[in-house]
Amino acid sequence: MELLNPLALLGNFLIIPGLTYGCQLALGALGVTLIYGILRFSNFAHGETMALGTMATLLVTLWLQSAGISLGPLPTALLALPVGIAICIFFTLATDRLVYRFYRRQKSTPVIFLIASLGVMFLYNGLIRFIVGPGDRIFTDGERFIFTAREFKEMTGLREGMAFKTTQGITIVVTIVIVALLFWFLTRTRTGKSMRAYSDNEDLALLSGISPDKVVMVAWILTAVLATIAGTLYGLDKSFKPFTYLQILLPIFAAAIVGGLGSPLGAIAGGFVIAFSEVALTFAYKRVLGYLLPEGQMPEGLVQLLSTDYKFAVSFAILVIVLLVRPTGIFRGQTI
Amino acid sequence: MRNLLLFLLMAALFAAVGFGQSWSLSLAILNLCLISAVMSLGVNIQWGYAGLLNVGIMGFVALGGLAAVLVSMPPVTDAINAGGGGVAISALIMLATFAVMYMANKHFHFFGRKLLVAVIGVAGLMFARHFFGPATDAIESVDPAGTGNLGGLGLPIIVSWVVGGFFAAAAAWAVGKISLGLRSDYLAIATLGISEIIVAVLKYEDWLTRGVKNVSGLPRPVPYEVNLQKETWVIEFAAKHGFTVQEVSSLIVKGSYALLFTIVLLIVLYLSEKALRSPWGRMMRAIRDNEVAAEAMGKDVKGRHLQVFILGSAVIGVAGAMLTTLDGQFTPASYQPLRFTFLIWVMVIVGGSGNNWGAVLGGFVIWFFWIEAEPIGLWLMEFITSGMAEDSALRIHLIKSAAHMRLMTMGLVLLLVLRFTPRGLIPERGYGRR
Repeated sequence: MELLNPLALLGNFLIIPGLTYGCQLALGALGVTLIYGILRFSNFAHGETMALGTMATLLVTLWLQSAGISLGPLPTALLALPVGIAICIFFTLATDRLVYRFYRRQKSTPVIFLIASLGVMFLYNGLIRFIVGPGDRIFTDGERFIFTAREFKEMTGLREGMAFKTTQGITIVVTIVIVALLFWFLTRTRTGKSMRAYSDNEDLALLSGISPDKVVMVAWILTAVLATIAGTLYGLDKSFKPFTYLQILLPIFAAAIVGGLGSPLGAIAGGFVIAFSEVALTFAYKRVLGYLLPEGQMPEGLVQLLSTDYKFAVSFAILVIVLLVRPTGIFRGQTI
Repeated sequence: MRNLLLFLLMAALFAAVGFGQSWSLSLAILNLCLISAVMSLGVNIQWGYAGLLNVGIMGFVALGGLAAVLVSMPPVTDAINAGGGGVAISALIMLATFAVMYMANKHFHFFGRKLLVAVIGVAGLMFARHFFGPATDAIESVDPAGTGNLGGLGLPIIVSWVVGGFFAAAAAWAVGKISLGLRSDYLAIATLGISEIIVAVLKYEDWLTRGVKNVSGLPRPVPYEVNLQKETWVIEFAAKHGFTVQEVSSLIVKGSYALLFTIVLLIVLYLSEKALRSPWGRMMRAIRDNEVAAEAMGKDVKGRHLQVFILGSAVIGVAGAMLTTLDGQFTPASYQPLRFTFLIWVMVIVGGSGNNWGAVLGGFVIWFFWIEAEPIGLWLMEFITSGMAEDSALRIHLIKSAAHMRLMTMGLVLLLVLRFTPRGLIPERGYGRR
């Protein structure tokens, strides 16, 4: 039985948080990669797009809560999510119309788009702080746990508990559904196929009569959907704080590049690579080793490779390794 | 002619603040404007000369601040005796590890050597931590309320302006080596990453910088107000012109800072202009405007990019050290990307990318409005909401959030300038761009 206890320990502190975080990063990176594939620039405003969608969801959730509407054991935010997505779509489409379309017509270099996205980031950031303020907000409600650490212990008779939060369960389920839908859309529908064609070879796609405006519009809609869902899941899991979405931008970019910019499959793989390395490198293995090593060989320190203060150094380190070893990413995105 | 007018207009704005609010405030804004101008000159060297996108300005600024601490603070002998050796040993171990990793990567050619390199790296890290942990604990336990860090060299703080430049240049070399020569986006993302990491290190490594406990009371390159207030000539001057002694002493201190910063700004500006007009500057523009053609002409594009990236970052590092000198304290938590990275970008774009005078003007204009946006925004909000009831929730919310207006305004300014006058207030002379 000595193997099951450390496994439960790893599950509680490494596998479940890693999976959840990986899902959130994957959804975020999918948005970045889509914009990169279609519009060919790194969208620095993506973190703020996530925050904007989350903010809209948050406000609707608060309104629903005050009206006494809830989803029972599930968080009310799920009910508010469609409205949040709609608001976010409105903002991304308006931004594209007012900002990016001009540069598209001008055929500006990607760098100019990037700088424009910095401006958009500023604008969104100010807007969010203006509306909800820079403070921390918790909008999670409903059941907190699918099973708690104590229930798990009673169920299995193990010494180590493993808790599974509702938000973690929802994150994983929602991500699977969304990714399945996205891939169905990209590979099975006419619009999805035309998007892939456009991303693969713009000129050829234009010659075959694919409307660039439509492709770009659909790309922004998909990005808004993905960003709002990713942001809301992240906000439910932690809490909503406008500032954190600026920080999550780095792991998201790292995930997209590790997987290969422009490759949706790569974005998902990259998200999990980043998330698991981050959690695994900052995890203290002391108690796990305590179970596995013979009696009396308990290690002295925490056996932690990096302190948790440096978790985003991990995503940067992975990014550096990928840039040095294989700049196109795992799935050979369309780069360089 | 138009450029001169723009600078005169700027001077008039400072005078307006001086008469309207106070001269002390006007000089305070001027000082930060000067520092911002140096920063945006640094970014202009990277972006305007070479088209390199640095989104990690904050990190280089923070390195300059670190230099100010390490150069000017007096050394803490007890702490160095307690843990200096341990820190040095772990640094040596890490250096040796890097060397072994490098050699292993060069020497072996079997499949999976990358794994071996990684294993060596992890083993070296664990080994170094074995010495590092106890050493830093020992350092941090020496008078934690007062110092708790290694202190510095105890040199005049002006020296740190140069050292800050070198620190930033070293970091830029590392980032540039990795990410230059790839897509332009990669440099942006890599610099974003390195800046976050630099600030995290400064925030959490208490033995080096006291972390979030901050280092205050940095020595000054200019006299202290209290000492000035005792000088007879200050008292006489104040009495003669109808100021209080406090006002005069504060003006003198701020004025001397302004003088020092102006000297640095002029030196950097002179050198940048010289470089821009030299064959080197023409080559840089050629590379920027058409990399393929420049490479075909035998120019070392990646090497030049690395060079210009390092130079620009060094200038930013100098500005960072100047900023910490002016503040008189080092507060790692105050380094926010919006303030130190993206605001500088707005300065460069608004001022006119590729033109050094434009970058300087951009630094002045944007910083001025960044500071003055708060009173203006508040006034505007009060004006807009004046029709509403005194206790209306919307009115209270709007007035409370007026401070966040300036982020939105800056974003809007950046977007509008980029779209309608992409060449900025003072456009680059004589060369068509892109």
